Formats: sequence, structure tokens, C-alpha cells
Amino acid sequence: MPGDPLFNNGLNLAVALIVIIKAIIVFVVVLVSVLFMVMFERKVIGHMQNRIGPNRAGPFGSLQSLADGTKLFFKEALLPAKADKRIYRLAPILAVVPAFLVFSIVPIGGTITIAHHVTRLQLVDPPWGILFMLMLSSIAVYGVMLAGWSSGSKYPLLGAVRASAQMISYEAAMGLSIAAVVVLSGSLHTSAIASGQHGLLHFRNHTVPLPAWNLFRTWVVPFIIFMIAVTAEMHRPPFDLVEAEEEIAGGFNAEYSSLGFALFYLAEFMNVVTMSGVTVTLFLGGPDGPRILGHSVGPFWFVLKLFAFLYTYVWLRATLPRFRYDQLMDLGWKRLIPASLGMLLFVAAVRTGSRGWVIGVMVGLVVGAIALMRALSVGARTTEVEAASIARAGRRA
Amino acid sequence: MGYLKGFTISGKQFFQKTVTTQYPEDKRPKPERFHGRHVLNRYEDGMEKCIGCELCAGACPARCIYVRGADNPPDAPVSPGERYGFVYEINFLRCIHCDLCVEACPTEAITESKLFEFSFTNRQDAIYTKAELVVDDDGNPKHLPWEDWHEGDDENTSGWVRATAPSGVAAAEGRPLWSGELGHGVRPAQLGQSDPLAADVPADFDISIREVKDAEMRGAGVARGRSVRVDEGTDAPGDGGR
Repeated sequence: MPGDPLFNNGLNLAVALIVIIKAIIVFVVVLVSVLFMVMFERKVIGHMQNRIGPNRAGPFGSLQSLADGTKLFFKEALLPAKADKRIYRLAPILAVVPAFLVFSIVPIGGTITIAHHVTRLQLVDPPWGILFMLMLSSIAVYGVMLAGWSSGSKYPLLGAVRASAQMISYEAAMGLSIAAVVVLSGSLHTSAIASGQHGLLHFRNHTVPLPAWNLFRTWVVPFIIFMIAVTAEMHRPPFDLVEAEEEIAGGFNAEYSSLGFALFYLAEFMNVVTMSGVTVTLFLGGPDGPRILGHSVGPFWFVLKLFAFLYTYVWLRATLPRFRYDQLMDLGWKRLIPASLGMLLFVAAVRTGSRGWVIGVMVGLVVGAIALMRALSVGARTTEVEAASIARAGRRA
Repeated sequence: MGYLKGFTISGKQFFQKTVTTQYPEDKRPKPERFHGRHVLNRYEDGMEKCIGCELCAGACPARCIYVRGADNPPDAPVSPGERYGFVYEINFLRCIHCDLCVEACPTEAITESKLFEFSFTNRQDAIYTKAELVVDDDGNPKHLPWEDWHEGDDENTSGWVRATAPSGVAAAEGRPLWSGELGHGVRPAQLGQSDPLAADVPADFDISIREVKDAEMRGAGVARGRSVRVDEGTDAPGDGGR
């Protein structure tokens, strides 16, 4: 089951060629999908605001993102006087490369045969599959942090501190909700996680008329937490206080122009596409879906689900107001991390199949939740007391 | 679930009609009293209205008007009075189109057309002189090569003047106490601020309501030879005010 059947007969020239071709295809597909995503987002959000969106470049504005990219490419690449030159150049690359690489572990569906070689529609299927994605999202933090640091200017540095704090905070919640999925599937292979969600849902020897997606198998909550965490991880609205276009006009990337800026921009939109792909794989069964006319059409279902997520992200952006920094941290540390930890324990207890474990964990969770709420309320009271004393001091002064 | 209500709103908007107009191709009709490029008017006998008093220059907050008056030559007077505007210049790089000059003018000499689509390639061209500002022999604004005139832009250039009551008395509103213009004669009044219907002008600058009111007030048929479109909006807004 695990691993790509391509390598079953050892490595030779044909196999190497297939791998290279697959890599190029993934690269091109991801790049094109980013161009598409930029246009898609502007169009959809335009219509949600009763506007049309870009419609001048190409038919229906389809070449708008290409035109934007060309414009950015021909702009002057500024280097701030106090910038750390090498790191300043490295940072955008550190942001964009992980965004590209994440898509390589996403299974698009089934296998194909190229010149008698059977291979998965997936660039790599390493035994540490989903950890690879967590690793890459950690590296992306370096891109942000180093960009702010190397700009040699205080505002990007502040922005980078805020951005990296946000990314690190939500990575914990994201990792814990992924752990719930991994507990269920029993494998880190993304292909195994995807194929493990095939068929209909079973619950206590009953078949429920729902697909056996991890969305339902993990009791929905980890999926919601994962969605929120991913949105924050990508600095998408409503968690885009890092850039906050209307207020601070760019954070960590304030000193970047031309290609550097384009790479950050590219990485941001690429993350939307790749993380949607990861979400589909983890929670929505990846390429799982009914056969059409007797054919297995995994890629079709995968792309359909991907689109649903892309649309959802734009919808979020069109609807929700931006979080404040303290609200962001509150939500991450005080709500999402405890909740995802609790859900992980609960999912694991259900997975053991023993009634004792389930009851034990549920009692533990209730006690833990009460203790947490008590701690939070005490913390809130303390801040009220502090605020009152600050106000008193202000009156005296 | 109050959180989800917002999503239904933006989700519904997605399927509704867009309000965007494709600007360079589609141009929305402009309001009657649009503040565009200035014109210097002339009386019906062809005399210039400007008397070179410089009140417009004094009123201008952007300091974009330069006027120099001179005595009328006795044998060929330019304006009916003692003096006339010898030099009249407006720098359109500074003008903010506030219409304070129109308000200040005692002879209704300076008014504004609806033209705003004009541009220059050097600063000198932005300074309009009398040669560009004074209306032509038919009483219409001059169409200069670098200006993008469209239908209706040069109509009702004195709309603002005719909208305000003489001496600011609301009761005198609608009474034509302004002078005639070359090629147009004494133009009818435009309804001003005390009119309940004029205050509720629909968003697409529909002129039909005011046309109807014009016709009503003068007790005569259709104003300005245009067809009057009476739609259901005519009696809807502002009824409570009467």
C-alpha cells in the first residue's frame, strides 16, 4: 500500500524521466492555478460587492493576473540601505518554495500507467507525508521572519514579529487537528489517508448514509479548527491583520518591491490553493467520489472539492471583519488549542473502541473545560482590575 | 447563529446584478448642476457679461483665477457697462470646481459646463484664457481639440445660477431674475433646495421629475422641448413634504 508503485522495480532512466515530467507538471499546474486563483478571487469578491471585477485584460479579464505579474516583473527592485542583502534576497524564496512543495504530497487520485510504469497521480508519497507539510509551513515562518528582519527597517520587523507569532500560534492547533486525522487513518502517507476515507461511514456496526470522510469520522470539530488555523496560517481574511491592506498597507513585506514582492504575493495565493488541496485530502476524502458512467474520476472530484474551498476562502474574505491582535491570540491559544487537544483525545478514545476509555476521556474533558473556563475568567477579571487601576492612575495624573 | 447571517448576505449579493458602468464606453448622464469646465457667458446681443470686477478671483479658494479689468472702448464696447474683463485666466491644474466663482459673480458671467474629460501635456495648456472660455456666437461653449465633449455636456451651462433663488430668498425661487444668454434667451428656472422632489433626485440623475415640476410651475406644456417621462417614481418620494 504505502509508497509509489513506480519504484517497485528499482530506479532506471525511464522512472527518473517520469519523475521529472511529473515534477514539471506539478510546478506548471500550481503556477497556473495561482494565476487563476488571483483572477478568481478578484472576480468573485467583486460580484459579492456588486462589482464586476477585472474585465479589461483578455476575455473577461482572464489575463489580469498575468498582466499584474508582468508589471511587477518590470518594476525596480529596491534594496533598502540598511538591508541584510543576502537574507533580504533569500526570504521571498523561503516563502515561495514551501508553498510549491506542499502540493507535491497531495494525491490527486488513483494511478496512471505511463509506458508500462504504474504511478500515482501524486509527485511524492513519502512515509512522513503529512509531517512534510507541517515542516514546510514551519519553514514558511522563516521566510516571513527573515523578510522583516533583513529589511533593516523597524516597521517590517514589527510586522514580521506579529506575522510569525500568528503563524506559530496557529500551527499548534493545526498540528493537533491533523493528529486526530492521523490517529484515525493510522498512517502518515497522504495517499493512505486519502484512500482510507473510501466508502460509506460505519458507526457502531451501522452504515450511515454519509461518505466515510474524516470530516465525519473526526466529528467535524477538528475540520473546523483546521480550517480556522489554516486561514490564520495563510494570513487570509479575517486573520489578515499582518497585512491589513486598509490600515497598515503591508507588514513584513513593506520594503519589498518588484520580484520580491511578487514572490510573497505568489506564495500567499499558492498557499490558498495548496492548503485547500491538503484540506481536501485530510478531511474530504481527497479524490473520493461516486463513479461517473462506470469510470473512476478521482481528479474531477478532487478539483471540484478544491474549488469549493477556494470559493469558501473568498467568501470568508468578503464577509468577515478583521480580527484584532489580542482576539487572534485569544482564539488561538485559549480556544482552538484546548479544543483540538480535547478532540484529539476524544477521537483516540473512540478509536480504541473501549467504553471505559470514552467515558474516562469525556469526564476528563468536562473537568478540563471547567478548569480552563475558570482560568480564563480569572484572567479576564485580573485584566479588569488592572484596567481599573490604570484608569485610576490616569485620573490622578 | 448570528455568525452565519453575514455569509448569507454576501452569498446572496454574489447572484445580484452588478452596478458597475463601463466608464469610457458607457457614460452616465450628469446632474443638471454638474461642476465642470467654466464658460464665460454673453448677453443675447453678443456683449460679454464679465465686467472685470475680480470678485470671482477673490472668492476662489484655490487662487486659480486671474482677472484684469479695463475700461470699455467707447466706440466698440465689449460689455454693456463701464468696464470689461480684459484678461481672464483660469488655471485648471488648481481649480477644484467648487463653483464659488459662479456664486460670487454679480452678472452671471462665469458658469460651469458639464465637461470634465480634458487633459494637458504641459502646464501652460492648463491655463485657459478668454479665447477658450468665452462662449461662441451661438452661445455654446467652445469645443477645444483636447477636450472630450459628449452630448449634453454643453447644455444648461447656467444650471447652478438658475437653481438658486435670487438674493437667497426661498420664496423667490423659480422666478427668473437672471439675464438672458446669447443663443438661449432667458432660460427657465431650475428647482432649488426648497423643492421636496428635487431633494430626492433618484440615483441615476433622472431629470423627468424636475421637468414635470418645471412644466407645472410655468403652467405650460413640456419644458425645453424634451419628452417628459412620467414614471412611477414621480409621486413616490418626498410626498410628505408638501
